[in-house]
Amino acid sequence: MSARRQQLLALGIAAAGIALPFAIPDFRAQIAMLWALVIMAQTWDITGGQTGYNSFGNILFFGVGMYASVVVQRDTGLDYYAALALGMATGAAIAATLAVLLGSMILRMRGHYFAIATLGLGIAAGEIAGGWDYLGAGSGLSPPLFPAPPQTANLFFAYLYFALAALTFAALAALYRTRFGLALNAIRDNEDKAEAMGLRTGLYKITAWTIAAFVLGLTGGAMGNMLGFVDPRDTAFAGATFGVWMVLMAILGGKGTLWGPVLGATVFHITQELLWTHLLGWQRVALGLIIVGIVVFFPQGILGWARTRWPARHEQREQGSGRA
Amino acid sequence: MAANVQLLADAPFLILQLLLDGLMIGAIFAVAAYGMALVWGVMNVINVVQGELVMLGGFITYQLTLWGVSPLWGVPVAALVLFFIGFGLHHAVIRRVADRDMFISLLATFGLSILLQQLMNQIWGGDVRTAESGLGTWFLLDYTVTVSQMKAAACGGAIAIGCALILFLKKSRIGQAIRATAQNPRAARILGIDTNRVFAATYGINAALCGAAGALVVMAYSVHPYIGLPYTVRSFMIVIVAGLGNLPGVIAAGLGLGAAENFAGFILGVQYQVAFVFCLLVVILVIRSSLLQRQRRFLR
Amino acid sequence: MSAQLAIRGASKRFGGVTANDDISMEVPQGRIVGLIGPNGSGKSTLFNSIVGYHPVDGGSIRFEEREITRMRTAEIARLGLIRTFQQTHVFVQMSCMQNMAIGDAEAGRGLLRLMRPVSAETRERAETLLAFCGLYGKRHLMAGELSFGQRKLLELAMALMLRPRMLLLDEPTAGINPTLIKGVIERLQRANREFGVTLFVIEHNMRVIMTLAEHIHCLAHGRLLASGSPDEVRRDARVLDAYLGAR
Repeated sequence: MSARRQQLLALGIAAAGIALPFAIPDFRAQIAMLWALVIMAQTWDITGGQTGYNSFGNILFFGVGMYASVVVQRDTGLDYYAALALGMATGAAIAATLAVLLGSMILRMRGHYFAIATLGLGIAAGEIAGGWDYLGAGSGLSPPLFPAPPQTANLFFAYLYFALAALTFAALAALYRTRFGLALNAIRDNEDKAEAMGLRTGLYKITAWTIAAFVLGLTGGAMGNMLGFVDPRDTAFAGATFGVWMVLMAILGGKGTLWGPVLGATVFHITQELLWTHLLGWQRVALGLIIVGIVVFFPQGILGWARTRWPARHEQREQGSGRA
Repeated sequence: MAANVQLLADAPFLILQLLLDGLMIGAIFAVAAYGMALVWGVMNVINVVQGELVMLGGFITYQLTLWGVSPLWGVPVAALVLFFIGFGLHHAVIRRVADRDMFISLLATFGLSILLQQLMNQIWGGDVRTAESGLGTWFLLDYTVTVSQMKAAACGGAIAIGCALILFLKKSRIGQAIRATAQNPRAARILGIDTNRVFAATYGINAALCGAAGALVVMAYSVHPYIGLPYTVRSFMIVIVAGLGNLPGVIAAGLGLGAAENFAGFILGVQYQVAFVFCLLVVILVIRSSLLQRQRRFLR
Repeated sequence: MSAQLAIRGASKRFGGVTANDDISMEVPQGRIVGLIGPNGSGKSTLFNSIVGYHPVDGGSIRFEEREITRMRTAEIARLGLIRTFQQTHVFVQMSCMQNMAIGDAEAGRGLLRLMRPVSAETRERAETLLAFCGLYGKRHLMAGELSFGQRKLLELAMALMLRPRMLLLDEPTAGINPTLIKGVIERLQRANREFGVTLFVIEHNMRVIMTLAEHIHCLAHGRLLASGSPDEVRRDARVLDAYLGAR
């Protein structure tokens, strides 16, 4: 895809993002969720696809953001929007701090050990929140009511998440063009070599994970309000839904690419919305099947598949976009 | 929390009680861990679905009791059924991901774990299940320490299963082929060992092991569709601490983990026991990585 | 003038096996120095110790008057002491230009310096060095699509991109088509002359090392056996014995 066509596509998506909540007002909640999922897949891919550090536990940052936001709303007594903004910022800050602290310990591990450590972190967080009275323990927390009818609330969240997704995409597109982006790819391809070249691999990995954590903190911060309840294992540290979906969507679209996570999240969300309701309780069984199916038969994802199918176009892009 | 520690100091028999209970369940952890080490060592796959296989063994035993069969039959029946399920899983999924990047197999078995977990949830529901064995309780030391006879029997059963497996790996032909493949798959292939069959057998044996362990778990403790993952993580920790192919280490680490968990559950409160397991996992991995950092590796 | 790289009494054991035993040698600034020895004589171990993959058990290693014995790999690399590998290591899923751009020492390795698009200067330097290594025409190919020999050349170009003060080259001609070896030697000599890079080279191909090096150290059984000019080393009976296995 040429640079020009990428820009056109981005413009088209931006127009859709602005128009859709009014074009199909009944689906505002689903539209908001779509953008949130796009963010999750994009942020997962920063370490997972681009750096080769596959995390099973990024849900940790999402959940921390959700709890922090609702606690701030509960305890500060500000008006709705101010409290939400402050809460999201707090959540993002805590999530980023956690990423720095935990990352400096576990990002030294290679590959699958990192994956398992993050899996442990995500679940441990849910278990701790589920026992901690300050956070409402097992029954969770209730965010304040949105000061307008549900339709307006959904409109608000659809635009909020659209803005966040667009910003994230633009920021990542710029980031992947820098030498920092190249250094992340270098770590993915051959970390020992990157170190032998004098690159500060540890610092870069922590930075990458922190960026993901920050954005996920914001995303989680608004999600508690959108869903209307914060549950330790079902919404906040929801490893079995959002937690796995992030990984799955990025892989489905094509991990390690700019557009893959966006595409994967869109395909996943639409499929889910169309089919899920017909499955009546078997959704999660289907999810397990989908994961196994994609991982076994389609690990390169849609964009990876397209690349092998039409290799010429890919090469054109490499040269045409002028990326070094 | 401090009060609980104080309680332990005041009543030493409590320590003995926690230790005994911990060691008894630790034996079961060790069996599941030994299976995981087998699959890891032979096929280079970290089997995330391990805990769900244990749970499935438990549910099969529970189903037997619903049909009026004694749960003791669960041990061989669950082992047999799980052997074939393991064989099938290997054929359908594991063999396609075993030689790829380890993250692929990790994710594939993680997907299997969600699949099995949700299937069990659909079939048997989300309640905690136990199979009544009808065994009683021993009272020791003037009624201060109690030992559930079923837990003791489960511990004995775990030891027996472990011994049977070791004998099988030493004496039987397929067992020898498995051990040869674990040491050097290429050499084994050159020597005419059909490594694909060895892999299938290994995975099947591991599943059977989990099934038998699950039968013991449902009789002495309880099963639930969602508590598979902690069993996986326990197995993983034990293997990390003990190393692959180190049987005494696996037993020691299993017993140690059982005891540690029991003490942590008592001191921190039962609601944090699972959190403790997962935090311990992270701690163990961090310690392992800093030890490895000290003895740096190098490239050619 | 003191040596650029000075090794004093370096020893390294792996379990019961002594890989390096009390080795002392120097590599003077701006020269091409060879390191030879039969298989298993401890050449690669010594390289690995120098660049910090595994620190020595005893002795010291100094680079440009600085103690580097306990430093980590990346720190040592940032001092300008760069090593290439016997089995090539390049970033296979990235284009040659991208492989080059990451390492640009002039553009910096700090976080903020990295957070910028690849500059025109970086691209120019990369193209010049790729041309130097005969890879200009392949600059947009993925590194994984290159042949083994081309990867070795790319690795050399990447190393030069780092503005090294000294290059440790582990068998730069091993596995390369014999007709291309001459080109590799010429490029190494030019790199030494034009960029002022000191070269410290492990090589098995005697003809190559005798033409390339001005000074040669020979290891055998983990010890320094002989040092001298190529002619001196060639005539040394002990070196011959070590290679022929006579004692």
